[in-house]
Amino acid sequence: MIFTLKIWRQKNASDNGGLVTYKVDDISPDSSFFEMLDSLNQQLIARGEDPVAFDHDCREGICGTCSLYINGRPHGPLKGTTTCQLHMRSFRNGETIFVEPWRCGAFPVVKDLIVDRSAFDRIIQAGGYVSVNSGGIPDANTLPVPKPAADAAFDAAACIGCGACVASCPNASAMLFVAAKVSHLALLPQGRVEAERRVQNMVATMDSLGFGGCSNTYACEAECPKEITIANIARMNREFLAAKLFAEKEKQVSFSL
Amino acid sequence: MINLNAGSPRVPLAEQWSSYKAGCKLVNPNNKRKLDIIVVGTGLAGASAAATLGQLGYNVKSFCYQDTPRRAHSIAAQGGINAAKNYQNDGDNIFRLFYDTIKGGDYRARESNVYRLASISPDIIDLCVAQGVPFAREYGGLLANRSFGGTQVSRTFYARGQTGQQLLIGAYSALSRQIAEGTVRLYNRRDVLDIVVIDGKARGIIARNLVTGEIERHSAHAVVLASGGYGNVFYLSTNAMGSNVTPAWSAYKKGALFANPCFTQIHPTCIPVHGEFQSKLTLMSESLRNDGRIWVPAEKADAEKLRKREITPEQVHESKRDYYLERRYPAFGNLVPRDVASRAAKERCDAGYGVGSTGLAVYLDFGDAIKRLGVEAISARYGNLFQMYEQITADNPYKTPMMIYPAVHYTMGGLWVDYELMTNVPGLFAIGECNFSDHGANRLGASALMQGLADGYFVLPYTISGYLSNEIHTPQIQTTLPEFHTAVREVGDRLAKLKNTGGKQSVDHFHKQLGKIMWEYCGMSRNEAGLQTAIGLISDLKEEFASDVRIPGGLKEYNPELEKAWRVQDFIELGDLMVRDALQRKESCGGHFREEYQTSDGEALRNDDGFSFVGAWEYKGGSAPELHKEELRFEAVKPSQRSYK
Repeated sequence: MIFTLKIWRQKNASDNGGLVTYKVDDISPDSSFFEMLDSLNQQLIARGEDPVAFDHDCREGICGTCSLYINGRPHGPLKGTTTCQLHMRSFRNGETIFVEPWRCGAFPVVKDLIVDRSAFDRIIQAGGYVSVNSGGIPDANTLPVPKPAADAAFDAAACIGCGACVASCPNASAMLFVAAKVSHLALLPQGRVEAERRVQNMVATMDSLGFGGCSNTYACEAECPKEITIANIARMNREFLAAKLFAEKEKQVSFSL
Repeated sequence: MINLNAGSPRVPLAEQWSSYKAGCKLVNPNNKRKLDIIVVGTGLAGASAAATLGQLGYNVKSFCYQDTPRRAHSIAAQGGINAAKNYQNDGDNIFRLFYDTIKGGDYRARESNVYRLASISPDIIDLCVAQGVPFAREYGGLLANRSFGGTQVSRTFYARGQTGQQLLIGAYSALSRQIAEGTVRLYNRRDVLDIVVIDGKARGIIARNLVTGEIERHSAHAVVLASGGYGNVFYLSTNAMGSNVTPAWSAYKKGALFANPCFTQIHPTCIPVHGEFQSKLTLMSESLRNDGRIWVPAEKADAEKLRKREITPEQVHESKRDYYLERRYPAFGNLVPRDVASRAAKERCDAGYGVGSTGLAVYLDFGDAIKRLGVEAISARYGNLFQMYEQITADNPYKTPMMIYPAVHYTMGGLWVDYELMTNVPGLFAIGECNFSDHGANRLGASALMQGLADGYFVLPYTISGYLSNEIHTPQIQTTLPEFHTAVREVGDRLAKLKNTGGKQSVDHFHKQLGKIMWEYCGMSRNEAGLQTAIGLISDLKEEFASDVRIPGGLKEYNPELEKAWRVQDFIELGDLMVRDALQRKESCGGHFREEYQTSDGEALRNDDGFSFVGAWEYKGGSAPELHKEELRFEAVKPSQRSYK
């Protein structure tokens, strides 16, 4: 197969960057999107040019390192699929493919197609955990967890932190990412203890990092490679509201003491 | 000759760990915060260690090459994690898990470490559940288990086909909590290129900031390597693209011994290679073997037609199929350990019965399971794996059998460590896949996650305190010391030399060549002549690389080709060591199958009199490496020929 590629090239964070056109041929339909880019890079190296930098690691759809808008869509045309799991048989022979990095103020470009997503780490550090130490834990079966709750928690916990939700959102909102973590832990009894504090701290951190608000376009759900649902956002909003109300009540209790 | 003493407590096996903990020296909380620890890697072992050491109050610096710790390759582990909980009341206990692990490792692991691993396993599950890891549960709300990879009890805990992901997110969240509390400082997008040794002790590292290209010095009172395995020496493997041996290799070059490098695991159920352009292989969880049946045609003519796509697998009549694992190993059938299953697949394909366009594939068939249990039940168990398979191959495994073939997956060898998980370089520890200690010559399924978390959460935090209790009078190590200057200069020189080679070939070109040599001569089966050939080929490749590699871009910028070049150069050297190790081990055991040493029916022939030892190699600069031996003593288990018949 042959393709024309229009790839975003940008030397570093301060460079302006722009689209550059490349041609690739002799691409097997069974090769993955990244194997196609590998073959482009081999050409560029042979010509003494700088290869295209892109983020990738496991190449099996689970580490969340890969990103890319492909023809304007995060992770390309297939539903529920990361870029690394996309194969060239999903494209027409001779097609022109646009390849760009995530566009979001909170994810600055590092080089070419690579962006800095450490804002996600900061959000998790604000409360995306259960505060237990490695020791003194009761037997795992002491606390039964209803299977539906455990399954729903798993569905939310399947988030790979790739940032497609932010990239797909016209407001560059991180609501789906944050909601997935809030839901995962709020659905389990182990996570309930800190649920109120967690949701407030994580939302406050998200707001402080320059992500936009949610206006219910559902684009995040449509593009999430792990098909995390926006029901999680509803759950987070409920948790957030309850936490705020609860926090008010707590204040009154402490005043009355 | 270096005296390799594991230093296991001299009490009966079952009492060793409690006896160790009772006598282990501790560090006062006020002193802990004055002690710096570097942890390299943020997979299950590294993240759990850094988090736990941070909780204890040490001053921890955590390094990873990824953009965030949550992406370390532990995340890709699918099947599950073993623990001797005996929740199923099916006869499991700590001794049995210990026994299975020792036997599965073909009697080439150290009893004391493995027993400790088994005894700690239940605590891991408790902790992970408390962290919010959403393991599979029964309708009664209690945890579910499954039988996994070569065991007869159901002791594997799992989170659909994404157990590694969920456990890593647990460890990453614990790590994130410590980062927020300030006890751990994270250095992401860093390659650790050298270990700094001062007065015989590990005192720091040299790292390269992958974004800016800056060379950084970091000091500590102890250095912990949790940098994973070296499967990418084969180019094609199930490892992540960035997985590398570099931190462990730099430790080796600074005097740490590298043990059993030839023990590599070839996993039986991977998607077959389909072309020259291929960059990595994808594992299909071993759990599939619980319901899938493995077969090839019983007649070569059918195999030929299948390869040419003249017939479909459904058209091969039941009576003309060879379910070779069920035939050869009736007791374990499709659930034989990985090394046995892999070799059996290779044997059939080499004999001309392989399928797929290359003839290097066998069928994993769910037809019977779907008839027995229904599509829905199979989809609930393996839905995500089937979907992954279809995305990659465009075949639907609900309708037609999967095609699988063995691929490099895990490396049992690694840095030699004692009972305290310390290498022979004082202050340098190695945990998880990057050490050699627990899996002998073959790792059982669902044991890697167990080992990574056992080392990080529960073993290292105790054993490192014994070492650090003698370091409380050592002030913070200065990075202006001459050893740091020398290390920075050496790293800078090597980078500049790589960059200025000015050759014609890309790094990938050399990596592919190396992979072919290793797979051909040091892969699923090995022989004297092939290994001798490999030594020559690797030596040629090393020279060619030094003179003909081309690296575009600069030193002081984001430069993925430069990163790869350093890693591949290390892999080429490691390849040589693996081949030497495979040559000296004149026996077949676990993942190491020497063609000269097999029984009349083609099973591995171990030699306990001659080779019941850990082979640990010492770097000797320009001359050949020197082999040291740690004799293995079996007190609780008597080595016998592994039989799965």
